[in-house]
Order: sequence, then structure tokens, then C-alpha cells
Amino acid sequence: MQHGKYRFIVGFLALPLGLYALFVVWPFIQSIYYSFTDWTGLSPEFKMVGFDNYTRMVHDDIFWKSLEHSLLFALVLPLVTISLALFFAFMINVGGRRRKGGPAISGVRGSSFYKIVYFFPQVLSIAIVALLFAFAYNPDSGAINSILRGVGLGSVQPLWLGDPSLALWCVMAVLVWSTVGFFVVLFSAGMASIPTELYESALLDGAGRAATFFRITLPLLWDTVQSGWVYMGILALGAESFAVVQIMTTGPGGPDYSTTVLVLYVYQKAFRDGQAAYATTIGVALLVVTLAFAAIVMRLGRRERLEF
Amino acid sequence: MKTTETPAPLPAESGATVSKIDVPVPRPSGKKSEGGVLNVFSHGVLIIWAIMVVTPLLWAVMTSFKSDSSIFSSPWSLPDHLHFDNWARAWTDANMSDYFLNTVLVVGGSLVGTLVLGSMAAYVLARFDFPGNRFIYYLFVGGMSFPIMLALVPLFYVVNNMGLLNTIHGLILVYIAYSLPFTVFFLTAFFRTLPTSVAEAAFVDGASHTRTFFQIMLPMAKPGLISVGIFNFLGQWNQYMLPTVLNTDPDKKVLTQGLVQLAVSQGYKGDWSGLFAGLVMAMLPVLGAYIVFQRQVVQGLTAGALK
Repeated sequence: MQHGKYRFIVGFLALPLGLYALFVVWPFIQSIYYSFTDWTGLSPEFKMVGFDNYTRMVHDDIFWKSLEHSLLFALVLPLVTISLALFFAFMINVGGRRRKGGPAISGVRGSSFYKIVYFFPQVLSIAIVALLFAFAYNPDSGAINSILRGVGLGSVQPLWLGDPSLALWCVMAVLVWSTVGFFVVLFSAGMASIPTELYESALLDGAGRAATFFRITLPLLWDTVQSGWVYMGILALGAESFAVVQIMTTGPGGPDYSTTVLVLYVYQKAFRDGQAAYATTIGVALLVVTLAFAAIVMRLGRRERLEF
Repeated sequence: MKTTETPAPLPAESGATVSKIDVPVPRPSGKKSEGGVLNVFSHGVLIIWAIMVVTPLLWAVMTSFKSDSSIFSSPWSLPDHLHFDNWARAWTDANMSDYFLNTVLVVGGSLVGTLVLGSMAAYVLARFDFPGNRFIYYLFVGGMSFPIMLALVPLFYVVNNMGLLNTIHGLILVYIAYSLPFTVFFLTAFFRTLPTSVAEAAFVDGASHTRTFFQIMLPMAKPGLISVGIFNFLGQWNQYMLPTVLNTDPDKKVLTQGLVQLAVSQGYKGDWSGLFAGLVMAMLPVLGAYIVFQRQVVQGLTAGALK
């Protein structure tokens, strides 16, 4: 297999690696370098300014608000989404009616129907979902307040995205809505591969449904839950939160900076305010947060792998 | 929608009792038992979530057939008659046809490019030992967890200097580059699972490495290519952040941007019904494709997380 091996390797790697280095790796390296300059992005001239951008960032209230919201996204969203998804997946897989002589536990009828429907939002663009919900949240003519009026709650008409104390939660709810289905399908596949004998013996030993869930299902699914947690957290810190906040909120990031997140703040500093160097500084902070998040989840979640 | 909110607490309570205390619940019919109650409870919550998923989508479809005034006065009433003209206006006046064409071009080009380049790199990384193999692999894989927005700031100027800003082919190259990490990660694992003997036999028979790859290995890797292809297709079709930064020319906009543009600027004469028609138009092809290729789509999208 030696003949022409290296020529082949170089030939096959050159194009993908070159493209990747030019458009992905090189910009990452550049942006760390730019965070020590006063580059505006508008003119090619710039000079080194040391840690000035970082000092400025530490004293920037909006940066701290964005950081706080981003951390909230990374903690709350995976927690809510994964809990809901585990709950639904458990119901799909063990909620079935017990038949005489049948297995001790069984899936509900129509389980594939539920899985198909739950997955709908996952195939839609988050941009489209965000637009749709922006209309639903409209205080005057939106679908949600109109329901409230319809059921006699005409006095309860929140401003939703216009209310600084509600807006962030409204945005998060949309991300939960759109991602739960993905995890239901993922966990459901994992649960289906757990042998039924394990459940049967647990039930014989007198374990209730909750006990079987926490003692059997969850430990055996732990790896999937953990990687799902990291995946969701990275999305919540990055592209997904950018789309929903940028599209749905006023400002964007408002009202009164109540929904701004790090990724949006980077975008605004670079492409709206002409402060590219400062934007990369905030981007570096986002990078640190993302890597720290992944490391912490992997570390806390480390358990002995269970074989079955 | 009324039903989706009110009954939730009731079954939740009864379900919690059943699962925690585990008392057999007496039922008048004498039919036992926990199983039945749990069954009703699980169907209850599952149906509630199904309704919550479907309602906003159906609401959008319904709204796209209504007149502007009834959208605002009564968001939940059925359309008085089907305003198909909303769809026609969205398609022509609101440039939805252009956005569709741009999206098809960009996604078509980048999907093919991603699969070809991704499988070439993955094959070499999976099957050949050479110095730097691990380094290149982790360089690719590391790209999955880095916040893309950080790179986009300098990338904008890189792309601009190359004269690729606001061009379809520039966008294609960037899409490919940012799809490579997952594609290489997934396909490397996939190529490792394929048997080595067939490729070795071909090689002994005098086929070159390149020929072995294209004629033997790629056909064998078809299932993996389909999964990762679907994953990339949806990711690229739904992409919003990359074009928002790198593609600001109104004539070159892709679907997601175009719709947001319509909504935000309201430059479309406050034509909300037309906007809803555009939204539904953008949703239907993906939803339709999903329903037809349901199994493959689910496999493709969950494949990465299960690895």
C-alpha cells in the first residue's frame, strides 16, 4: 500500500484542509490577534493597544448583561429542554397499556406519530420559527394575547417581548419549543435499546415508575444525556440564540438590553458600530465561556460507563 | 389551544401520585391497574405537547390565507375565503422566487462540495497513518465547539479582500468550510467501520488509491453519506447567521434572510398576509421532505449525537 501513498494523502487533503484553514482556522487566529489592537474594521490601519480592549470590556455594563444572559441560556435551556424531553420520551416508551401476557412495560400506541410530530420544529429554520413567534407574541394582534382574551383573561395582556422582565423568557421558550422534539427522538432511541428484562425485574422488586426512571433509564442513558447537554449548550451560546434574539427582540437585544447575548453583542460591535477589535475581544470571552461550559459538563458528568 | 393550557395540572398530579407512591388505583370496572392510569396520563401529556407543536404551524398556514384586516382584528378566526392572491404576491412582488433560487443554488453547490471534500479528507484521516494525522483530525473536530461568530468578524474582511463578498460562489465556499468539521468527524468514524479487505483487494489488482476511493469506498459509504448529507442539507438550507454577515446584497439574499428582511423593514407595504404566505412557502418544502423521508432525516440528524 506504500506506492504513491503520500502523494495521494496530500492530494486528497490539500483542498479540504486549505479551504478549512483559510475560512475557519485563520480567522479564529486573526480574531485573537485583533483583540489586542484598535482596529475599527473600516480602515486597514491599526496599532497594538495591549490589553486596552479587555480593560474596557471589564467596565462595560452591556458586556456583563450579555454575559449574564448567555450564561442563563446555557444553564436554563439545556435543563428545561432535556428534562421535558426525558419525560416525554419516558412516557412514549413505558406509558403503554399493559396487556395480558405482554411485556411488563410497553410503548404507548401511536408512539411513532408523536415522534414524527415532535420533530417538526427541528427541520424548520430557527429564523422562520423566530419570525412566527414574534407575531404570536404581538401584544395587540398576536395569537397568544388573543387566546387570553378568548378565555376571559382580557385583563391579562402582557407585552411579552416588549416587557423587559418577560422578553428573555419569551425568547427562551421559543428555543425550548423548537428543540425538545430532537431530544425526545434521541432519548427515545436510547430507551428503546434498554432490555425490557431490566424493567421487569425492577417491577418485580416493587420499584415504581419514578424509581425505574431514576435507577435504570437515566443511568443507562447518561452518555447520551451528557453529549446532548453539551450540544444544546453550544447552540444556546452561539448560532441559535443569535437568530432568535436578533430576529425577535426590539433593538435587537432590547428592550433596555434585557435580551442581549454575547454573540449578538459581538455582531453589533463589529458590523453596526465599526469596532471590530472590541468585537473580537467580546468574541474571545464567548470562546472562553463556551469551552469552559463544555469542560465543566464533561467533568461533572463523568461516570463509570454502564454496559448492558 | 384552550385545551393545551388548562388540563395540564390535573393529569400531572394524578401521574405523580401513581409513579411516586405506587398505590394500585381502584377502578370501578375492576380492570386493573397502574398501567391504565399511566396510559391515560401519558397520552394526555403527549397529546398536549403535540398540539403545542402543531398549533403555531397550522396558525401560520391559516393566516397566510387571510386578508390583512382580519389578521389584525381576529387572529384566530378562519379566513372568510381563501386569499390565494397572498401567495401570488409573496412569490412575485416580495421576491420569494429569487430567494428560493438563491437558496437552491447556494445549498446545491455547498452540499455537493461538502460531501466530496468531506469524504476525501475523512477517508485519508480514517485509513492512512502519517505524521500529523491526529493533529489534522482534531483541528477539524475542534471547529464544532468554537463559537463561529468570533471567526466571522475577520472572515468578513478575508472574504471581502478576495472579492467574494455578496457572491453566490463565495457563500458556497464558506458554507463548505463551516460544514467540514461535523462532516469529517462523522465520516471518519464511518470509514473506520468499513472492512479493509475490499479496498486492499482492489489495490492488489492494480487500482490506484484515487480509483479505489471513488469506485470502491464511496459506494460502500453510501449510508453514511446519506445521513451526513441530510444533516448538512437541513443545516445549510436553514442557515441564518453566515448569510446575515457575509451576504448583504438584497439581490443575493437566501430564504431565511429574505423573510427576516421583509418582516423587519416592513418595506413590503405592511403586507402581513403576504409575509405569512412567504413564511409558509418556506416551511412547506422542508416539512414535506421530512414527512416523506422521515426515517432518513431522523437518522441523519441524530446520528452525530449518538456517536
